[in-house]
Amino acid sequence: MKKLITLTVNDTEYEVAVAPNKTLTQVLREDLNLLGTKEGCGVGDCGACTVVLDGKPVNSCLVLAVQADGSRIKTIEGVAHGDSLHPVQETFVELGAIQCGFCTPGMILSATSLLEKNPHPTEQEVRQALSGNLCRCTGYQKIVEAVQEASRRMKG
Amino acid sequence: MKAYNVINTRLPRVDARAKATGDARYTADLSMPNMLYGAMLQSPLAHAKILNIDVTAAKKLPGVRDVVTWKEAGLVKYGVSPARYDEQVFCSDKVRYVGDELAAVAAVDLETAMEAVSLIKVDYEELPVLLDIESAMAEGAIAIHEDFPGNVSAEVHQEFGNFEEALKECDIVRTDRFTNKRQDGGFLEPQACLAQYDLNGNLTLWSSTQSVHYVQRSIAMVLGLPVGKVRVVKPYVGGGFGPKAAVNAMEIAACLMSKRTGRPVKMLFSREQVFLHSRARHQFFHEFTTGVKKDGTIMALHNTCYLDGGAYSSFGIATIYYAGSLLGAPYRLPNMKYDGYRIYTNKPTCGAQRGHGGVAARAGWEQQLDTIAAELNMDPVEFRLKNMMKTGDVTCNDFNMSSLGMQECLEGVRDGSNWAAKKGKLPRGKGIGVACGFFVSGAGYPIYRSETFHSTATIRLTEDGGGVNLYTASAEIGQGSDTILGQIAAEALGVSLDDVMVHSGDTDFGVDLGAYSSRQTLMSGHAVKMAAEDTKRQVLEALSEQLNVPVEEMDIAGGVVIFKKGKPDFSRLRTLYIKEHRGWEDQPSGAELTFREAARVAFITRGVIIGNGAYKPGELGGKYKGAAVGTSPAYGCSAQVVEVTVDEQTGKVTIDAMTDAHDCGFAINRTNVEGQMQGSLSMGLGEALFEEVRFDAKGRVANASLGEYRIPTALDMPNVKTVIIESDEPNGPFGAKEVGEGAIMPTIPAILNAIYDAVGVRINELPVTSERLFAAMKEKQKK
Repeated sequence: MKKLITLTVNDTEYEVAVAPNKTLTQVLREDLNLLGTKEGCGVGDCGACTVVLDGKPVNSCLVLAVQADGSRIKTIEGVAHGDSLHPVQETFVELGAIQCGFCTPGMILSATSLLEKNPHPTEQEVRQALSGNLCRCTGYQKIVEAVQEASRRMKG
Repeated sequence: MKAYNVINTRLPRVDARAKATGDARYTADLSMPNMLYGAMLQSPLAHAKILNIDVTAAKKLPGVRDVVTWKEAGLVKYGVSPARYDEQVFCSDKVRYVGDELAAVAAVDLETAMEAVSLIKVDYEELPVLLDIESAMAEGAIAIHEDFPGNVSAEVHQEFGNFEEALKECDIVRTDRFTNKRQDGGFLEPQACLAQYDLNGNLTLWSSTQSVHYVQRSIAMVLGLPVGKVRVVKPYVGGGFGPKAAVNAMEIAACLMSKRTGRPVKMLFSREQVFLHSRARHQFFHEFTTGVKKDGTIMALHNTCYLDGGAYSSFGIATIYYAGSLLGAPYRLPNMKYDGYRIYTNKPTCGAQRGHGGVAARAGWEQQLDTIAAELNMDPVEFRLKNMMKTGDVTCNDFNMSSLGMQECLEGVRDGSNWAAKKGKLPRGKGIGVACGFFVSGAGYPIYRSETFHSTATIRLTEDGGGVNLYTASAEIGQGSDTILGQIAAEALGVSLDDVMVHSGDTDFGVDLGAYSSRQTLMSGHAVKMAAEDTKRQVLEALSEQLNVPVEEMDIAGGVVIFKKGKPDFSRLRTLYIKEHRGWEDQPSGAELTFREAARVAFITRGVIIGNGAYKPGELGGKYKGAAVGTSPAYGCSAQVVEVTVDEQTGKVTIDAMTDAHDCGFAINRTNVEGQMQGSLSMGLGEALFEEVRFDAKGRVANASLGEYRIPTALDMPNVKTVIIESDEPNGPFGAKEVGEGAIMPTIPAILNAIYDAVGVRINELPVTSERLFAAMKEKQKK
């Protein structure tokens, strides 16, 4: 039996009829066609499906869509403003923080979320905030550098 | 040094913007109208005879459109090396590991497909389960493959020089053992595919693969289709590291079911299935006997290795050779003997992973060399410098070090880490260690015996001269090949990277063996450079006819035509271009004839300008059996220094600092080179300290998740001081060679050597868990 829910995703309101066992990842990808949210494990280990739910980064594979009824959600598609990239996206591009790119959407959402709460994090605070987002390609260094550089740019 | 505009820079990746915004499409993101979803039945038993497979109930389930077993798929054997084709799409006689594929279902949605899979009934007769090398090699052990009694899947015996004779000259002879653990690729994107068979009999497969070429050939062979009817396309790939380099049963099953139903079929691996499919790093059991003179000269090595191969061969034939051959450098080693045995067991199949075959060998031997240096009272850096090969040296197994910045690498990490101030001077519990390594820049020979080009490339200019389309079947899997190849095309043609559109990963774009053995920069790079030069020549020839300037007096650079002996009057050509583009903004102006104008002239006089390039290495390496594995047109090399803290109360190791120097030849993109170095070190750190695929007594993977199989997080990796060493490789495009895999080589032994420096114990079994190190420290205290 499907249930009608309301989600505000990237400032757009959607009404979706969802089966109660559907995860938020599935609904974002399959019903809303927001394919930037990735699924790497489906059990909350890898962080590739990270979205921001009511201001907090969460693994969307661990959230049932019905639990998110009435929430505000930000996905990677909602991070840039039109053609102009968010400073975190800009520094990820410029500083080589992206390789295969599969962890990137989740990583960027964790990073932007951190900078909203803590605009000037230390390196250790950045590492802590990103520790739930696995990356097998980069060794994390350029990702951490990109977040720190974005923090500097957002200061001005 | 020649000045370049596009290469040797830090230009952002061509795909970075798409990946940063979520626009980049991976295979799992694709869908088609009328698409079916597939799921596979995999064996719950590690070793059993198949008595009967009953698919009646599955076929009857509403929504099911196809159910296939070996009866539909046939019995064609495939694999990686034609000498060891030992896989079938679906098992017919028996299952050989937990996860072996038995059947597949295509249905209107994934839930239905999975439910149908659960309705397939298989009757088994259980067989003895052989989970380790000892039981697989025991006398009377059941053969996992009938053709291989004794379960030896491959055996290698090589001797270069004379090991026994050389030992007579040695003052120190040591024997040590070393073993790693089975690793998982740990890429973030599970394998996925989408197959579409159309009414004209053309099959297209989109897949998360490292090699569209090998997948195309395998599918054509297994399904009995002409190669020309099979197109394989690789969308963006979320990491590969080796395990995605060969075809998998899911890809073939999807193609088969699409062919049978006439509808597109999409299939995905769960994370657990990634672990079951594996094809990742083997577990190696090495024994090294090394002889050294008292002046520190390394004289001889006898390396014996047993590999736990799992149920099938996959890349294992290459792995077993690499486990021997990759110790031939970077030290002068006149006598090397190798005995290797790859053993079938009832576990998921191992294959290639970053640093293919050489990582455990390198780890164990570099640790032994460190021990020997200590016995000789020599500084480990000095000991290595003394034995180091130089550019132009040829190894005892006939690898030609056509460029080798090994000394520069070692000096780079020695000075970069402030080695002299730290070695032997750190407080107890803190340590510093060094190690070296080298790796191929592309396998010298394809996986199947062939005269094929290893890489082709085509460049097509748009008719307005404004765009350079590069077509290559190479595989961007995250390592950055699209960017590197785009940069090479732009540089060789004389335009900017923004002018180049890279189209890659599609068998329609030519032949490229793919992303494995660190081959894309050197091999695809050569083909791309040739294609760009061919394009440039055609444009200049067309221009020459119009301007009466000899081709050799012209060049293209920075987007404009360079006239070496004075500028001719080209106003007629400019007027022509401007007239053709009346009303357009951005008309060419200024004192230089632009590439756009020149390309337009070429189109108008000759038609579409298409430049081609094709590369294969010349005759390389020795003539002995197995000489093809490890032979390469060029070798990258590296050195690392690692600093650790060991908590003596718990055995916990913290990596404090890593200094890495890598000779990648001429660096095409410096940011990418650093990224490969840092990523390699991270994978090495994981294998050294905590990665291990574990099994229960029935052969089931005990930790088939990224929660229980732990890969490094942002909290585990320190910042790496990266030192790029640039030798000028004569066999590389613009002097470039590899970095993607070689950089992992010294990581594990540098960590092990640092741990010894910190607490005085040698660990010869990975991973160095707190428990293992604590026990070793206790053991040492007792003595």
